[in-house]
Amino acid sequence: MTGAQAAVAEAAACGLLGKDKEMVSGKTKKRLDKFKRNLPLHLMLLPGVILIAVFCYIPMGGILIAFQDYKVTKGILRSEWVGLENFRFLFSYPNFGQIMRNTVFIACSKLVLGLMAPVVFALLLNEIRHARYAKIVQTLVYLPNFLSWVILGGIFVTLLSPTGILNRALDLIGMGPYYFMGDNSLFPGTLIVTDVWKGFGYASIIYLATLTGINPELYEAAAIDGAGKWKQLIHVTLPGLAPILFVQAVLSLGGILNAGMDQIMNMYSPQVYASGDILDTYVYRLGLEQAQYSMSTAAGLFKSIIGLILMSAAYHFAVKYGEYQLF
Amino acid sequence: MIENSKPYKVFLIFDYIFVGILALICFLPLLHVFAVSLSDRVANGAGVVTFWPVNFNLESYKYVLRDNSFAKALGISVLRTAVGCAVQMTMTIMCAYPLSKSAYQMPSRIVYVWFFLFATLFGGGLIPTYLVVKRAHLINSFWALIIPGALPIGNVILLLNFFRNLPRELEEAARMDGAGHIKVLTGVYLPLSKASIATLSLFCMVGHWNSWFDGMIYLNDMSRQPLATLLHALVSQSVLNVLLQTTDMGTLKSLMTITNDSLRSAQLFIGMVPILCVYPFLQKYFTKGIVIGSVKG
Repeated sequence: MTGAQAAVAEAAACGLLGKDKEMVSGKTKKRLDKFKRNLPLHLMLLPGVILIAVFCYIPMGGILIAFQDYKVTKGILRSEWVGLENFRFLFSYPNFGQIMRNTVFIACSKLVLGLMAPVVFALLLNEIRHARYAKIVQTLVYLPNFLSWVILGGIFVTLLSPTGILNRALDLIGMGPYYFMGDNSLFPGTLIVTDVWKGFGYASIIYLATLTGINPELYEAAAIDGAGKWKQLIHVTLPGLAPILFVQAVLSLGGILNAGMDQIMNMYSPQVYASGDILDTYVYRLGLEQAQYSMSTAAGLFKSIIGLILMSAAYHFAVKYGEYQLF
Repeated sequence: MIENSKPYKVFLIFDYIFVGILALICFLPLLHVFAVSLSDRVANGAGVVTFWPVNFNLESYKYVLRDNSFAKALGISVLRTAVGCAVQMTMTIMCAYPLSKSAYQMPSRIVYVWFFLFATLFGGGLIPTYLVVKRAHLINSFWALIIPGALPIGNVILLLNFFRNLPRELEEAARMDGAGHIKVLTGVYLPLSKASIATLSLFCMVGHWNSWFDGMIYLNDMSRQPLATLLHALVSQSVLNVLLQTTDMGTLKSLMTITNDSLRSAQLFIGMVPILCVYPFLQKYFTKGIVIGSVKG
């Protein structure tokens, strides 16, 4: 029985069927009253809703051009429909496999190292009792997170060039020179290491906060039971970190196709396309440099759909098993 | 005492050293660039500059700041950061306040929240967004840097969570006295969330100062681009130059005279200065856990 049927049956049972109409109008009136009372709230939301509708939802309609042979002169209404032709062409493009491999490899490496490095750093920093020393260290390691990849890209060009300071240092111990940003075997590693370098400090804040939140009595109890520092780490600290680590890991899985366009756009060059070209940079070059609007949108849509599925699953698991609450 | 066991003491010594090295690894690259920017061309070409300027001089900075296009880009960046941050914060507060109401008080809350949330999960992508911005006649306009990103949804969620944790009694008392929504927001909510709003503003500022991609795709006219976009063009060019060095060491010498390391470093450093200036304030807030408490966790 549907809700409406149930309501009617209930009303009939109570002998109120005749007054049904009155009741409904009473309900709508109540709802209207509430809406009127909340009108200022709705008005406050209006600009935001319009903005998101225009710049997020209308473009979502624009994904139609992924199924067209879109021509700017014809517009979205009169361009020719080609079905899945763009996708077929995309997947048969010889470099597409390579681009997917690059994307997943770079993103996964960043994900794993980007999860582990902050935890290890937080554990190491947590042992330091000298408050001033810890404070100075924190100040320095959080800083790179706030600088843009434009600046950092420029810094790494200076640092990692064949005549840069790093190669000069390696030369002193008889190594190199390495072309960190021009050699396909080194470039993905350069991307991954510099990305972890930028983010590990800031990402450790949440673990440090969790560590200071662990009940000291647990450590005292463990010490009384004869547990040394190592045993305390295994039996008290790590279990204390586990829930937050789980949530972070699950949420970051949603970004498995986000290899970091911001970074790569500032560090790559045609010579390292073979190892550093990712879906996002490909979409950009295809769309805005070669004006292949339909193909670019198809590639972007492919990524968005996978991203949507992964992110939804990630939120679902984080909320269900990690006691994570979004809003 | 286990606390003072010998292996632990050894570990502690290594811990101090290791953590200190990590801190230096994070800081030395910035210091190196600063030193390069203050050294002269000869010292840089000879590759003798490490973390301290060699043949100290301010020529690069003078040259960069005399450059009209650079000064103009700097001005645009300052303007976009100020205007953009103000717009973003106004929009964020206006959206976070209604959404912080209970589902009983505002039954449509959940619809709005999902409307915003879905927009963060899925998008039309680069080209459809570009076409909409174009249709809105924003191409080559300063407002292309402000309007499309005027509502940071992540910040709305942070602030609404913060609002929800404010004591209900204060609001109820104000309502008893006949205060409307605007009065409650400006008289009760905002004064109580000064720290959160300051933090979010700082993050908005950093975001605007750092963003370069919108300037590159929406503004074709170089003279309208913000500093970050200008620096991106510069950096991409130097990546290509390094590439040339790797393929043909013969061109290295000629490039040395064209690309001036200390000039580029001075430009990068000027791009960094505002971030370094707000960084102490930023750190004060984020280490207190104001943001983190509600971001993730």
